[in-house]
Amino acid sequence: MTEKAESRPRPDSEVMVEIIDLHKWFGEFHVLKGINLKVNKQERIVICGPSGSGKSTLIRCINRLEEHQRGRIIVDGIELTNNIKNIEKIRSEVGMVFQHFNLFPHLTVLDNLTLGPIWVRKVPRKEAEETAMYYLEKVHIAEQAHKYPGQLSGGQQQRVAIARSLCMSPKVMLFDEPTSALDPEMIKEVLDVMIELAQEGMTMIVVTHEMGFARSVAHRVLFMDGGQVVEENTPEEFFNNPQHERTKLFLSQILH
Amino acid sequence: MSEHAEVVKPPVTSIGVVGWLRQNLFNTPLNSLLTLATLYFLWTVLPPFVRWAFLDASWFTPSQVCRDGAGACWSVITQNIRFILFGFYPYDQQWRPMTAVVLLLGLLFYSRDRKNWSKWLGYAWVVGLASMGVLMAGGVPGLPAVESTKWGGLPLTLLLSVFGLTAAYPLGVILALGRQSKMPAVKVLCVVYIEMIRGVPLISLLFMGSIIFPLFLPEGITINKILRAQVAIILFTAAYIAEVVRGGLQAIPRGQYEAAESLGLNYYLTMRLVILPQALKIVIPPTVSILISAFKDTSLVVIIALYDVLKTSQTVLSNPEWMGFSREVYIFLAILYFLGCFSMSHYSRKLEMELSTDNH
Repeated sequence: MTEKAESRPRPDSEVMVEIIDLHKWFGEFHVLKGINLKVNKQERIVICGPSGSGKSTLIRCINRLEEHQRGRIIVDGIELTNNIKNIEKIRSEVGMVFQHFNLFPHLTVLDNLTLGPIWVRKVPRKEAEETAMYYLEKVHIAEQAHKYPGQLSGGQQQRVAIARSLCMSPKVMLFDEPTSALDPEMIKEVLDVMIELAQEGMTMIVVTHEMGFARSVAHRVLFMDGGQVVEENTPEEFFNNPQHERTKLFLSQILH
Repeated sequence: MSEHAEVVKPPVTSIGVVGWLRQNLFNTPLNSLLTLATLYFLWTVLPPFVRWAFLDASWFTPSQVCRDGAGACWSVITQNIRFILFGFYPYDQQWRPMTAVVLLLGLLFYSRDRKNWSKWLGYAWVVGLASMGVLMAGGVPGLPAVESTKWGGLPLTLLLSVFGLTAAYPLGVILALGRQSKMPAVKVLCVVYIEMIRGVPLISLLFMGSIIFPLFLPEGITINKILRAQVAIILFTAAYIAEVVRGGLQAIPRGQYEAAESLGLNYYLTMRLVILPQALKIVIPPTVSILISAFKDTSLVVIIALYDVLKTSQTVLSNPEWMGFSREVYIFLAILYFLGCFSMSHYSRKLEMELSTDNH
């Protein structure tokens, strides 16, 4: 069902996100225990693992929705520190798609998309709206531009959320379980959009349990458990020949 | 497909007037009883009231006619309307507060439609408020100066409420944001302010403003008494608004902040574009409650000897000629305050519906 990982265009060797020995605690709880990860430009990483393994926390650290206590995170050459200007800069370069969409319910779909470009990038409204319409076309939802998020289905809302991130022309996109809150029949429409995005060479870090998606687009699959990366491999190796007992158990549970 | 079910009209007893009566007034024995009791009550109360308030009432007569008549004496209002509305403002200059009030009400009325909200309306308000000030105070050629001690009646009530409410609202929002601040100093300051103000009655603030505060001023400097009352009202109302707004802020899910932040919006833009529009919309009903009670609380300024519309009306009643007609005067005042409060709550409901994005 999938092309071989080796035959996919090799990601640029330029490093987009670099995480070095990352530690994070929630109070006393040690949630990330020394994560090392290097994501190259145009590379697509899928992170999976049981709940509580720290995978969401890891990608939320990348745009500082969570603060790390030890180690370094470098995004596109800028290191994340307490410098608020750096944080805002990185956030505007990093797109984030949430499990619960988090669209702004008081704004129309179009206004949701233009908010960032207009206020952060200082793009003129007209131009921002053109860009927004372009991306709405891309996620196949242009006809809903003037509705409010509350009037859309979950799948449609998630596609709007993806378009909202794309409007900022991000250098890397983070997906935090983008299909977990969706009804089964809507998962496909969101995954299709993400696959199209992948084919265009977007750098993506995706936390998901959609193993079909991992097989077909990922360059690497990371399996996390207990705040550590237990196994990291190409999709073929990962699914066909898992090395660790914990990974085998997880896969057997998830791939009935 | 099988044939469609016949279209059957609902039974006569469930629609129309009869149906409505059955469903709403006589649907249970208890309700039937209550309906009958209410009808009897209205039957005994309404006709005499109508006779008193309208049929037998005297409208524009001297007080002696009133005393001889059996009905309501609305003359106490009509004969004293200028004093009730404008207090001790010089008699021949009373067109000035009149114009100011009309100007204010006109601006308020025009501003009620959100479609009219523009930069120009903002300018209109600035110009309008400035000309109201000039009209009231005078001191320019053609308009003799009128001491603010002589201001009174309706203009004073409106001045205290409109300025009080418009200044208290943004201050309250800022206090609410301050209370949520991550900076400890700001947070503590806001908490202390809110809790202190909420811990004392408005009357004590007014007394402090009018009696204690001047003691701290250097000799020779006085601050207008109306201004001091105004500041007390603003400070008081802002503390209550702050708490209501805080409730609204807490109702906004964490994800909204995260989504705004992950777009790269800074704190100010996140608040202004994403959080506050939603939070303030949620708290429209309790906010309006506060504004309504603040509007009514402006009548407390009587205790520092300001003649708002309540006090001027009472003053009319202390005139021997009109003594004893308090029913009529208080009914009139009640209607006046009701109009103010009702328009506020009506407008808030309209605003809520306009801002709703759930079902279009």
